[in-house]
Amino acid sequence: MPEIDLGVTPLRELNGALHKLPKDTNETHWVIENPAGGHAIAAGLDAPLTVDINGPVGYYCAGMNKLATVQIHGSAGVGVAENMMSGFVHVSGDASQAAGATGRGGLLRIDGNASSRCGISMKGIDIVVKGSVGHMSAFMAQAGNLVVFGDAGDALGDSIYEARLFVRGNIKSLGADCIEKEMRDEHKAAVHDILTRAGVNGQIDPSEFKRYGSARKLYNFNVDHAGEY
Amino acid sequence: MCGIVGLFIKDPALEPELGRLTAGMLEKMTERGPDSAGFAVYGAGVEGQTKVTLRGASAEAIKATVAAIKKAIPGAEAALHDNHAVVSVPTEDVARLDAWLAEDGQDTEVVGRGTRMEIFKEVGLPADVAERFGLSTMSGTHAIGHTRMATESAVTTDGAHPYSTGKDQCLVHNGSLSNHNNVRRNLRREGMTFETQNDTEVAAGYLTWRMHEGLSLGDALEVGLEDLDGFYTFVVGTENGFGVLRDGIACKPAVMAETDQYVAFGSEYRVLADLPGIGQARVWEPEPATVYFWER
Repeated sequence: MPEIDLGVTPLRELNGALHKLPKDTNETHWVIENPAGGHAIAAGLDAPLTVDINGPVGYYCAGMNKLATVQIHGSAGVGVAENMMSGFVHVSGDASQAAGATGRGGLLRIDGNASSRCGISMKGIDIVVKGSVGHMSAFMAQAGNLVVFGDAGDALGDSIYEARLFVRGNIKSLGADCIEKEMRDEHKAAVHDILTRAGVNGQIDPSEFKRYGSARKLYNFNVDHAGEY
Repeated sequence: MCGIVGLFIKDPALEPELGRLTAGMLEKMTERGPDSAGFAVYGAGVEGQTKVTLRGASAEAIKATVAAIKKAIPGAEAALHDNHAVVSVPTEDVARLDAWLAEDGQDTEVVGRGTRMEIFKEVGLPADVAERFGLSTMSGTHAIGHTRMATESAVTTDGAHPYSTGKDQCLVHNGSLSNHNNVRRNLRREGMTFETQNDTEVAAGYLTWRMHEGLSLGDALEVGLEDLDGFYTFVVGTENGFGVLRDGIACKPAVMAETDQYVAFGSEYRVLADLPGIGQARVWEPEPATVYFWER
């Protein structure tokens, strides 16, 4: 089990070593100490590793992640797990802006709060936030699921496409073309499945969430509005 | 880009460490602002004395200026820091100092004034700027600093932050204002003068004008949300502490940390990573369009 102290080892050396690992590597568990808020730690992984990061990370941690499990034992800066393709990223603290931005797959779990623009332009990723999310979350979200145990800030789901938003607490305001929708059994089952994969099943009854999604009035060109362009 | 740091000490035992900790925080923001750097330090003040930070063309020039000031105003004392000098005069002599500067100090800039505030700023890497002025040896209750990556105007000392907004008050800014030309025109009509094409100088001038019109600093920041268009994180230093304001969209980063010993501000968490007890600190991001103050 390699243990890397980022107070000693340069970040590029660590990321280079992680990128070189073949998919069938035996070195599947890495521990990173002293991240000290550094940027792009464990970004671009492409093997079924488990990476434990002990401390707070800076921007784009676990960005573009494929297959790997990245556990951040601390808080994360801007764009944690941005553009994730697959795998699992777990932040034990809070996450800054744009957590899970543009993610195409995999699961991002944040135990604390996520700041503004959580899940912006998400394209298939599942995001579970045990705290609350800030303003403009799920802006232009296209696919995937955002599950929030707490509250959501202003303009949730502004200009949303087909992502599904499940929020248990209060919504400060909904963004353009985002509406509340009926929470049917299939949606409760979907939330149950996501919570199970996130390892938090049993903590919250899926029926406590409300569902929000697209009214589908904005993202198709409407010929009646042609004069407004 | 640009980086901001701020440190407000709650525990007097940490005050001698203020400069050293601030210098470390400033250097961490080099990547966000390698063009120039500056900082305001709130150190010891003496009742009835006013400190005026002056900047000359060179260390030799400011030395000569200070010698001339001492001759003209017998009560004046001065501490030299490279091409800056902190001149301390009895408050009743400030008018005499201003008159002398207007007459004989054409090559000397007034960077800031107040009972406790000293401002230093210069072009260059943050670590070099901090070293030039001896930041790491300074002590005090609070400090704010800035590293600049210029976007709106030239890389000059005048374009570096902090900008003084009044006695013991200064402003640093991360972001850019899109209506600074309009606001500058309006403020010029109100009789204000501006030295540069810089957007932050306009924001500082705007706050000065609002406070001159009778608003408190907090209220001036509040109405600024309406009048200043663009994106910004402002940190303002006051005699007793500092304030933070982010625009309504909050696209410029800001992280805060608080322990029993201090409140700290950084553009990124990296800034805070070496502070004592950071592992146990409460760390959070300030809300958009919300004015925060920490004072004592």
